[in-house]
Amino acid sequence: MTIPGFPDAAPMAGLAGGILIGIAAAVMLIGVGRIAGVSGIAARAFGLSESSLPRFSAWSFLIGLPLGAFIVSALSGDPAPDFASPIYLVLAGLIVGIGTKLGSGCTSGHGVCGMSRFSQRSIVATITFMITGFATVAIMNAIGLEVLP
Amino acid sequence: MIGRTLIPIVSGAVFGAGLTIGGMTDPARVRGFLDIFGDWDPTLAFVMGGAVITMVIAWQAQSRLAKPVFAENFALPDSSDLTPRLIGGAALFGIGWAIAGLCPGPGLAALAIEPMSAAIFVVSMLLGMAAVRAFERA
Repeated sequence: MTIPGFPDAAPMAGLAGGILIGIAAAVMLIGVGRIAGVSGIAARAFGLSESSLPRFSAWSFLIGLPLGAFIVSALSGDPAPDFASPIYLVLAGLIVGIGTKLGSGCTSGHGVCGMSRFSQRSIVATITFMITGFATVAIMNAIGLEVLP
Repeated sequence: MIGRTLIPIVSGAVFGAGLTIGGMTDPARVRGFLDIFGDWDPTLAFVMGGAVITMVIAWQAQSRLAKPVFAENFALPDSSDLTPRLIGGAALFGIGWAIAGLCPGPGLAALAIEPMSAAIFVVSMLLGMAAVRAFERA
């Protein structure tokens, strides 16, 4: 299925992927009583936060992430997508790391788990990072900064 | 054992599968979504919508439970403060997300798709987190 006017959009794949992400977060919430916020779980695994999630559990979740991605990409047989060059990956990674630590979360923690709970903090955080994300791409396009091949 | 290991690894794997199916591990797809003034790709709105709607239901179930199925207690964020730190951090996160089209979940999941690029992003992200932590402890 496609959306008129947006030939590249994949709404059904997007919805299916989103529901799976929601189910995964629900399994963490109902199963072990914790938020599936990936930045927080990563920080916990590497000893960079003091959340009450057992460190072993944080590592289990982090090992699961690429495992699930591997299974899907192996089954689909799609070629790997293009990624930015190392200089941009380093810059982006540093800013994402600093931002998620200061802002106490990322797309999964605030966007998925927090907004669905109608958390005012998470709604404000999500609106904020969407706006700066839109602005960043717009500015990069305006000055002709190509990040992806 | 089930709660500490099996549930998190299954959740992580389903999460990683969802990210990949939804296109979040494709930086061009993410940047296409953030490109609202250009050639906009609405796919990520469907990812976010599907995930949030599913979790709205999960929170309803959670509110009826005394404790999680495989753990002793719920440990959930209870802060409601809107601080400059929260907003500044979220603002920075959005900038980083947009630069390379990657956020923490897809960055980690992509270790199985494009290991070298993903590893550069993930290590840099951890360094950024560590820098904030070191600064706070100084």
